[in-house]
Amino acid sequence: MTTANTAHELDHDHHDEGSYLTPRGGFGYTVWNWMTTVDHKKIGVMYLFAVLFMFFLGGVAALVVRLELLEPVRVAADGTITGQLFGDGESIATGNQIYNRVFTLHGAIMVFMFIIPSVPAALGNFFLPLMLGAKDVAFPRLNLFSWYIYVSGSIFGILSIILGGVDTGWTFYTPYSTTTDADHWRVLLMVLAAFVLGFSSILTGLNFIVTTHKLRAPGMGWFDMPLFIWAIYATSIIQVLATPVIGITLLLLIFERLFKVGIFDPGLGGDPVLYQHFFWFYSHPVVYVMILPGMGIISEMLSVHARKHIFGYRAIAFSSLGIAAVSFIVWGHHMFTAMGELASTIFSALTFLVAIPTAIKVFNWIATLYKGSIAINTPMLYTLSFLFLFSIGGLTGLPLGALATDLHLHDSYFVVAHFHYVMMGGTVIAFIGGLHHWWPKMFGRMYNEKAGMLGCVLVFLGFNLTFMTQFFLGTQGMPRRYASYVDEFTTLHVLSTWGSWLLLAGFLVHLFNFIHSLVAGPKAPPNPWGGLTLEWETESPPIEHNFHHEVLVKHGPYDFDTVVPPHCDEREYPLPENPAAH
Amino acid sequence: MATIDAQKPDLPAPGSKSHPLYWKNRGFAHHFRNADEQFDACKLGMWLFLTTEVLLFAGIFCAYAIFRMLYPEAWTAGSHHLDWRFGGLNTIVLLFSSWTVASGVRAAQMGNNKALIRNLIITLICAALFVFIKLKFEYIPKLSMGKAPGTFFSYPYAHDPHEPLWWSIYYIGTGIHALHVFIGAGLLIWVLVRAIRYEAYGPTEYTMVETSALYWHLVDLVWIFLFPLLYLIH
Repeated sequence: MTTANTAHELDHDHHDEGSYLTPRGGFGYTVWNWMTTVDHKKIGVMYLFAVLFMFFLGGVAALVVRLELLEPVRVAADGTITGQLFGDGESIATGNQIYNRVFTLHGAIMVFMFIIPSVPAALGNFFLPLMLGAKDVAFPRLNLFSWYIYVSGSIFGILSIILGGVDTGWTFYTPYSTTTDADHWRVLLMVLAAFVLGFSSILTGLNFIVTTHKLRAPGMGWFDMPLFIWAIYATSIIQVLATPVIGITLLLLIFERLFKVGIFDPGLGGDPVLYQHFFWFYSHPVVYVMILPGMGIISEMLSVHARKHIFGYRAIAFSSLGIAAVSFIVWGHHMFTAMGELASTIFSALTFLVAIPTAIKVFNWIATLYKGSIAINTPMLYTLSFLFLFSIGGLTGLPLGALATDLHLHDSYFVVAHFHYVMMGGTVIAFIGGLHHWWPKMFGRMYNEKAGMLGCVLVFLGFNLTFMTQFFLGTQGMPRRYASYVDEFTTLHVLSTWGSWLLLAGFLVHLFNFIHSLVAGPKAPPNPWGGLTLEWETESPPIEHNFHHEVLVKHGPYDFDTVVPPHCDEREYPLPENPAAH
Repeated sequence: MATIDAQKPDLPAPGSKSHPLYWKNRGFAHHFRNADEQFDACKLGMWLFLTTEVLLFAGIFCAYAIFRMLYPEAWTAGSHHLDWRFGGLNTIVLLFSSWTVASGVRAAQMGNNKALIRNLIITLICAALFVFIKLKFEYIPKLSMGKAPGTFFSYPYAHDPHEPLWWSIYYIGTGIHALHVFIGAGLLIWVLVRAIRYEAYGPTEYTMVETSALYWHLVDLVWIFLFPLLYLIH
C-alpha cells in the first residue's frame, strides 16, 4: 500500500485495491486463495519460501558433513573408533555409510530442490511479468501446476530421506544405483523425486519463453528488455531442451532397477558409462540453469546500485545465449576418465569456449562500475562479493578443464571447492543479494540495512573460510566424498568447518532480518533504489493486476544518464530512516 | 430456469447458443491483450512442449543406436521377430488419423462442427485400432512366448545372448509411445466432448483443437521413426 498522506502520480482505480498480499477474507478463504492462486506473484512467493526451506534442510546436511570432517576417523589398536560422528562403535562401515547418505542428501536437496528452481521459480516468477509490463505469465494455470509438481517431487524426496536416504551420491551413478538398496524404495523415491521435479522445471521454462515472446509491453523490443529477462530466457531454453533428457535417463534407471532391462548393466550387454553420458548431457547444461539467472540479477543490481547504465548490454544479452548454446557440447568434461583420449581432448577444448562469453560478462560488469555512483548497501555488497567469488569459481574451472591438471584434481576437494565457488559463491550470493534488492517490492517492507550488510560480511568471510581451504585440500590430494582423511589435512578441515559455522551465523542474521522486516519493518516506497525497470513503476507490494494502467515503454531499462527514475521524489514519498535510497 | 438451490447461478443448457462455452461466447484470458495473442501464445507453448517430447524420445533412440552399433547380430535377430505387416498397418492407421485430425482442425476453422466431430471420432477410432493391433497381434502373443523386457525375458530360442537388450528397448520405446497415444487420445476426447456438448470450437476459437492436433501429429511422428528402426532395418 502506498503512503496516503501526499498525492502521487500512480493512477488509481476508483476503489483502493490493496496489494496482492492483502487478505480479502478470513483465514480459510486466504489459505484456499493461496492454494488455488494463478497469480504469478503468489506462486513466486510460495516457491521462495519452499526453496529457502530446502536451502535450510540442505544446509543442515552440509553442517553435519562438516561436523563429521572435524576429526579424522581412526581405529586404535584395541579397536576403539575415534572421530566418527555416527556409527555403532563396532566398525567404521556403518558410520561411513551414514556419511555417504548425508552428503547425498546435501547434494540431492541442494541441486534438485533448491538451486535449480531458486532464482527462476521464485524471483523469475515474480519479476518476469512485472519487468515485461505484463499482467501475468502466458500460462498462469500451468504455473500453478508447475508449483504442485514441485511440491510432489519434493515430497517424494523427503519421503526417501525419512525412510533412510540414499548413499549413491546425487549423481546416482550405475551400477551402484541400480543394485544397492535391495528393497528398492529409497533409491526409487529419490530418483522419482528428481524425475518429477524435472517436469516442474520444464513447464516453468516453457511458460517463461512464451511470456517473453508474446507478452512484452508495447514499446518494448527484445533489446529494451532488462538483462534479467535475457538471463531467464536463456535459462528457460536450457530447461526446455535439457531437462527431458534427464527425464528419460532417470526413467531408464528406474526400468533398470525394476526390470533389469540391461541397458546400463555390463553383464547383460549394457554400459554403465552410457548412464554417465546421458546424466551429464543434462547435468552440465543444468549448472548454467543455476548460474545464468544469478548473472541476470547481478546485471540488475549493478546498474541500479551504481546508478549507471550497463556497459555492453548487447554483449551481455548475447553472452547469455552463447553460454546456453555452448553448455550443451561440453558434458564430457565430467567424465574425462571414462572416455578415450580423443573424446577427452575434444571436450576439453570445447570446455574452454565457455570461458569466453562468461568473461565478456564479467568485464562488462566491472566496466559498469567505472564512473558509477556506487551505493554501499546489502545488494551492492553482494554484487561485489559475486564478482570476486564467481571469478574465482570460474577460473578454477580451467585447471579442471585442462586434461593434464585434471588428472591430479579429478574427484578431489578441488572440484568440490570449484563448484561451491560457482554455485554458492555465484548463484546463492546473487540470489540473496537479489532477495534484498527486491524484498521491498515483494513484501512492501524495508529490511534493516546494517543487519543486511553484517550478514553479507559474515557470509562472505564464512564462505571463503569454508571453501578456500578446500582448494588446498584438493591440490594436496584429499579425495572428495571421503568421511575421513590423513592427519596432514586436519588443520584445513578444521578451518573449513569453522567457516561453515560462520556461514550459518551470516544466514541466521539474514533470516532474523527478514522476519523482523515482515513483522515490523518500515513501509517500502515504490522505488527505494531508483531503478528504471518496470517493476519499480508500480507499488510495493504490487496490486494483483501488477499495473494500474497499460504500460507504455518510453525509455530503456538502464538509461540513468537521461531518465529520472519514477516515484523517487522525496516530496512524494518521504523516506523512512533508511540509508537505502540515493 | 429457477431452481430450489437459489445460490447456484443459472447456466443455460449445454449446447444452447447462450452457454458461455459456445464458441461465439468465449472470451480470452485477462492477461492477454486480445484473442490472437492468446492463440499465438498457446501455439508457441505447444510447439515448445513438443520439442521437449522429441528430446525425451531422443534418449531412447540414442540408446537404440548405441546398442545397435555394439550388437548388430542381436539387433537383426530381434527385429526378425517383428511382423512388419502389423507395424505397417499401424503406421497407416496413424498416418490416416493424422490426416483426419488435421481435417478436424480445418473443420473447426470453417465453423463446421459436425465435420469436426466426425473427424475426431475417426481419429479416436484409429487410436483405438492402433492400441488394439498392438496389444492383440504384437504384445500379447510375444509376451506369452516369453519375449518380454529385462528380467522377464524367457524365450528359449533366442539366438543371440544380447537379444533381451533389444527386447527391452523395443518395449521401452513402443511402451512410452503407447503412453503418449493414450495422452493424445485423452486430449482429443476432451475436445470431442466439448465439441458435442457445447459446440465449443469455431472459426475464432479453435486453439484447443489445433494444439491437441499438434500433439497427435507428434505421436504419429515418433511412430514414423520407431517403425523403420524396429521393424524394417535388418
